[in-house]
Amino acid sequence: MPDLLAARLQMAVSLGFHIVFAVVGMAMPIFMVIAEYRYARSGEPVYLDLAHRWAKGTAILFAVGAVSGTVLSFELGLLWPRFMERAGPLIGMPFSLEGFAFFLEAIFLGVYLYGWDRVSRRAHLFAGAAVAISGLASGVFVVAVNAWMNTPVGFVLKGGELTELELSRAFFSPSFASEAIHMVLAAYASVAFAVLGVHAAALLKTPASVFHRRAAGIAFGVGAVAIPLQLFSGDFAARNISEYQPVKLAAAEAHFETASGAAIILGGLADTESREVHGGIRIPYVLSVLAKGDPHAMVTGLDSVAPSDWPPVAVTHLAFDLMVGSGTCLLGLAAFGVFLRVRRRDPFDSRAFLRAAFVASPLGLVAIEAGWTVTEVGRQPWVIGGILRTADAVTPVPHLLIPFATFSALYVMLGVVVLVLLRRHVVSVPVDVGGT
Amino acid sequence: MTSAELLWFVMGAGVVAYALTAGADFGGGVWHLFARGPRAAAQRLAVERAIAPIWEANHVWLIFVIVALFTVFPRAFAVIGVALHVPLTLALLGIVFRGSSFVFYSYDLRGSDRTKGWSRVFGVSSLLTPVFLGDCLGALSTGEIRWDGHRVTSGYLAGWLTPFAAGTGVFTALLFALLAAVYLTFDSPPEVKEDFRARALAMEVATGFVAFAVLLLARAGAPVLYESLAASPFALAVQLVTALLAVAAMGALYSRRYRLARVAVVAQVALVVVGWGLAMRGAIVLPDVRLGGAGARDEVTRAVLPALVAGAALLLPALFYLFRVFKKVE
Repeated sequence: MPDLLAARLQMAVSLGFHIVFAVVGMAMPIFMVIAEYRYARSGEPVYLDLAHRWAKGTAILFAVGAVSGTVLSFELGLLWPRFMERAGPLIGMPFSLEGFAFFLEAIFLGVYLYGWDRVSRRAHLFAGAAVAISGLASGVFVVAVNAWMNTPVGFVLKGGELTELELSRAFFSPSFASEAIHMVLAAYASVAFAVLGVHAAALLKTPASVFHRRAAGIAFGVGAVAIPLQLFSGDFAARNISEYQPVKLAAAEAHFETASGAAIILGGLADTESREVHGGIRIPYVLSVLAKGDPHAMVTGLDSVAPSDWPPVAVTHLAFDLMVGSGTCLLGLAAFGVFLRVRRRDPFDSRAFLRAAFVASPLGLVAIEAGWTVTEVGRQPWVIGGILRTADAVTPVPHLLIPFATFSALYVMLGVVVLVLLRRHVVSVPVDVGGT
Repeated sequence: MTSAELLWFVMGAGVVAYALTAGADFGGGVWHLFARGPRAAAQRLAVERAIAPIWEANHVWLIFVIVALFTVFPRAFAVIGVALHVPLTLALLGIVFRGSSFVFYSYDLRGSDRTKGWSRVFGVSSLLTPVFLGDCLGALSTGEIRWDGHRVTSGYLAGWLTPFAAGTGVFTALLFALLAAVYLTFDSPPEVKEDFRARALAMEVATGFVAFAVLLLARAGAPVLYESLAASPFALAVQLVTALLAVAAMGALYSRRYRLARVAVVAQVALVVVGWGLAMRGAIVLPDVRLGGAGARDEVTRAVLPALVAGAALLLPALFYLFRVFKKVE
């Protein structure tokens, strides 16, 4: 395997692994705080038990997230030293702010997890809220870095070096707002539906469990708010990408030729040789509408740049469709639940809803992985869009297959252990717990 | 002083904070591994209670230092990433194993064979990770990592395989174990205080011997560093004070004045780091990557300083609160 490919795969595995734990760190504190707040208001012990159990699960996931995030911060230099040498000062500001946010997150998580009997109830709830807010902030700061890599601004390019740096412009790069909103909503929605699925599965076995009903209720509430909003944020992001990263959009839509009244192609295998998509469903005009809001608008195709500057089209296109498809399924699930509520039926009494929720539980995380694939693979062959090629940024250190294989094996093992432990802590609640 | 130099000192403070807090967490893992005698279970429990609520926050100091390094001195970061790729990767694996095994151990069923396995992984990675981290710092001082202004010319095996770097790694692990033992004399239950007192005294003696050995290794293995350490009156004074603090810590431990012992050992470890930083004489990687040529930009350092001050204004009270809730801070 070429070292460049090994380095890219190691980065992909590291990011793909870490993002799951990162979104849990962003979203779970909100769930715990809601449960604890409800306990404070209602006095129902089942809510306190729920907060405790969720906290245990979060502790495991947060620890793995913290160490896998550390790996990433080092890998920037271990794998991409020439990228960091140029870009470090510009992306250092959002990374520094992220460092502080993560620091606060870790501090207040410590207080939250281990301080049940050591601080007042109000201080404990405040600690939970502080974790949620700093988790949100650190997510936004990290996305600011990625947004800059996609749409780099705030510098003057002189002889291959970035000079006359403007840090605030770099922070608020053109894709920052749309990407940050999209990621934050994705974090909340994906964790909500994952949690919903876990408790839905438990309810299929023990339909009377008040514990799982309360848990599923909170998760569904958060998910049903986040997922429709994601529809609008996705639209906002699509328009932004069509303006600032037209080649990425063209790859995501397998749109080879610049054309007006562009059709959208759902699925299908893009062939860069013949510039055709095999299979897939074509819907005329829709791409022009999505990208520009006008069925006859001109949409830039891959032909706007040389084929050597194309990202891998087939992968980007399928990842994009996987993201949108997963999100659409979750939107349907949310609509199903709301429909039942409107008909004055408890969705958690409906076995059809519970089964659907169980089956759909990984889809949010699938959408996140697919979305990151779109944004990262879709930016290739560049690491800094249009400025620095990934191939020019990679480390000269040889034998990169070894660390790639090592970290991959390690992460597979950690993933399995985490699943086993979560099952024990959150899923297998005795029937009598909260059964009153 | 330029703002880049000022930030270099801030990063130094970050390294000291990491050593004093996260370092002690690694040291705690070492005592977890080497828990012995009739009170072994109580010793392990004392370690777990001491580090569980705070280790993740303490760990962030490392991320703070790394982020500051690539923001302010991106060239140094790039050189280190290439030249020390292997030992840094090993340290990272150690960090992942340590953190995840600790949390798995804490949340798995107690007493099962599996928790024994996690406990072993936690202990061994707590012992080895500081060796790799210290080895990397030592490698920066050897003068064997070379950079011609564009690329690393010494390959990816230079520096970190030398006896001096390895000695620095061992010294780091011993210092961390010392810190943990002294902290544990202070905030562990009465029945195990004596156990940690004995360990702390043994570690003071061991670090003394190893410090001397590392200094001897520096003569051939890190000549520029050795010259700074041995020649400048200021450096000699720092070393003398460090040694006196070690003696004071031993006296305090012997007479069971644990609060005093903690103060002395904190100052001792901080001075070791500071002394090393000063002996580097303005270099990040000896001899080629110096503060002035490590890629620092005025527009960046000027923006980072206020951001650090604002961040610290939020961070320090929160850290104080964390330690007040879980530790005796008096």
